Amino acid sequence: MKDAMISVKDRKLALTNIGVAYAAFLIGTLCGLLQVFIRNDALTLPGWLDYYQVLTAHGLLLAIVFTTFFIFAFFHSGISRTLGDFSPKVRGWNWAGFWVTLIGTMLVVVMIVAGQASVLYTFYAPLQAHGLFYVGLALFVIGTWIQGFALIAHYLKWKKQHKGELSPLFAFMTIATIILWVIACLGVVATVLFQFIPWAFGWTNGINVELSRSLFWYFGHPLVYFWLLPAYMAWYVVVPKIIGGRVFSDSLARLSFVLFILFSIPVGFHHQLTEPGIASFWKFLQTVLTFMVIIPSLMTAFSMFATFEMRGRELGGRGLFGWVSKLPWKDVRFTSIFIAMLFFIPGGAGGIINASFQMNEVIHNTLWVVGHFHITVGTPVAMTFFGLTFWLVPYLSGRRFTKSLQRMAFLQIATWSVGMLLMSTAQHLLGLLGAPRRTAYTGYQHDSALAWFDGVLSNHVTMAVGGSILFLSAILLIYIVVQLWWLAPKSDENSYVTFPIATSDTSATPAFLENWKLWIGIAIVLIAVAYTIPLSDMIQHAPPGSGRFQTW
Amino acid sequence: MHLHKYEKIWLGFGVFALIVFLSVVGVSAFHQGHTPSGGHMTIDPENVRGTAPFDEPGVHQREDGSYEVVIIAKAFGYEPSEIQVPVGEEVTFTVTSEDVVHSFSIVETNVNMMVVPGQVNHKTHTFSEEGSYLIVCNEYCGSGHHFMSTEIEVIGQ
Ligand code: HEM
Ligand SMILES: [Cu+2]
Ligand SMILES: [Cu+2]
Repeated sequence: MKDAMISVKDRKLALTNIGVAYAAFLIGTLCGLLQVFIRNDALTLPGWLDYYQVLTAHGLLLAIVFTTFFIFAFFHSGISRTLGDFSPKVRGWNWAGFWVTLIGTMLVVVMIVAGQASVLYTFYAPLQAHGLFYVGLALFVIGTWIQGFALIAHYLKWKKQHKGELSPLFAFMTIATIILWVIACLGVVATVLFQFIPWAFGWTNGINVELSRSLFWYFGHPLVYFWLLPAYMAWYVVVPKIIGGRVFSDSLARLSFVLFILFSIPVGFHHQLTEPGIASFWKFLQTVLTFMVIIPSLMTAFSMFATFEMRGRELGGRGLFGWVSKLPWKDVRFTSIFIAMLFFIPGGAGGIINASFQMNEVIHNTLWVVGHFHITVGTPVAMTFFGLTFWLVPYLSGRRFTKSLQRMAFLQIATWSVGMLLMSTAQHLLGLLGAPRRTAYTGYQHDSALAWFDGVLSNHVTMAVGGSILFLSAILLIYIVVQLWWLAPKSDENSYVTFPIATSDTSATPAFLENWKLWIGIAIVLIAVAYTIPLSDMIQHAPPGSGRFQTW
Repeated sequence: MHLHKYEKIWLGFGVFALIVFLSVVGVSAFHQGHTPSGGHMTIDPENVRGTAPFDEPGVHQREDGSYEVVIIAKAFGYEPSEIQVPVGEEVTFTVTSEDVVHSFSIVETNVNMMVVPGQVNHKTHTFSEEGSYLIVCNEYCGSGHHFMSTEIEVIGQ
């Protein structure tokens, strides 16, 4: 298997990214544990620590830092694996990008710890954090762009050397995800650079709140797809190989990624359905565009189950569902990701409810939403990353995923599933009863609110039980990562951990699918249609700007 | 590009469901008027109390007999602090913020409005049952966010 091993230097780059990801994961999940106890009044924080400081850290460390660093580790190793080792120049730029991202992260974390940035990960104006918090955010994005462009350069060099060939599916999907990320970040970069930083440092006096919110959500929804697409890469390219099958259809896989680029950006208003300043027409138009992602989502679901069924039948499964039992359930690399996919079924259905225009009023900013993103990013994405971790870390560290570690990995995903089932069910139900998200403990001295503390499932205590199991699971995962990185026995010729990449037959794939100029062009047109008029309205009919508030 | 027969059926079903969904949502919104809260009036966030109708927060009966409740949200409460409206009548809530973003959300109803400084938000609702309803702020607004609440009394006529 020597040929499948990437260079030591590229491995170090990827491993370092994973290290940052799991450091963030450890602190972030600890914050989560504190939150569930505070919310049901079982814990009071000491005076120097505030609930909203903890929650800001939780949101940023898990949803932004953990995901992003892990995603880049996956990209670095997968691109090096499929397109060949990085040149010193490409590797150097990737390291530069890594450091800029890390410095941005540190700046943000220091500001949160110092109590200067309890603004949550959405940092809605006119709450004003310390100026350096926004500088940190900007550096974070710039760092990821440097890494993204370094990977694109590596890809372009490969294309030059392989004139007329389609790139490997893994590389195609990586580039699609980076394109999505760069276009998405334009919104957050615009608001941070031109609105927040001048205002926070006192160079300008007022901020256009509604514009800043809209620019944030222009970024905020595709952000979700920046998490999801790497998980889909694992589903499309890695999982088929693990079960011994192949990619169901190369062209459909590529088409679905292209559709995700097109339909995940011009849709941010579905996070702003209940707010003033945006005409109903534009809210509805973006609702319609939001629903279009159902098509590539259904295509993905079909491909997955087709791959599973074909492989199960190859292995001798008979009857309508006989093939299910033939799948390699004892392989935790597969089982973990399969469970992640199952969680995404209610997760996706919940997303359709949230985006359904007037139905949004029922759940907007209630605990339902918290339940929703824990069964989308918090499990389908996160558990897919756990499933990748089990082989990616030993692949990069040159160690073995021993039998006892595999057993522990099963325990880890089992506890995560049970914990998440309890926590997210409680959150969904409490949300339907009207319990607000983003709140420390409060009984509001009202019967409606007291009911949030004495249901069976619809209870803050159930949420805390789930959260505690989740935290134990997180600790177990950290233990497994430490073992796989430094302590497990070294692998040898016969026990090499591989990077599973399924074969994908490109013979029927039309070349226009890799015509990026075409897709970027269409994406820009859709964005212009969905955003030009409402955003210029917001600018032209802007109220006097809002001042700076530090209400924490 | 080749599509498997089953995949065509699956996607056809998906697209059909999509069209049905969107039609239901669209008809309900634009034909029956069930749009989420919204508004198109802006206001100087530093001069809320000097701008009508926020110079007189409270419950007002309009000429057509319906009610308007004018509310100012601020860290960490609402003005007026006591609200009383009759059951079975159409009530329009008109809200804005004097400082940061809040929400005006009446538990056990579909009134769930974002309150954005510089903007005025509206929502019309008819209470069908008497009682005391809890109103909470469900958008983070600072250290006292979880104490930001009030009640609305819906009384018989
Ligand atoms: C030990 C595991 C975890 C626990 C116990 C936990 C618990 C919680 C709780 C209770 C909240 C809601 C707090 C509130 O609204 O007052 C929350 C919010 C959140 N969680 Fe988690 N969580 C965990 C893991 C994760 C993971 C793995 C992710 C993502 C990768 C994640 C992402 C988020 C985000 C984005 C928020 C919203 C923050 C905000 O409203 O600003 N969580 N979590
Ligand atoms: Cu969204
Ligand atoms: Cu609040």
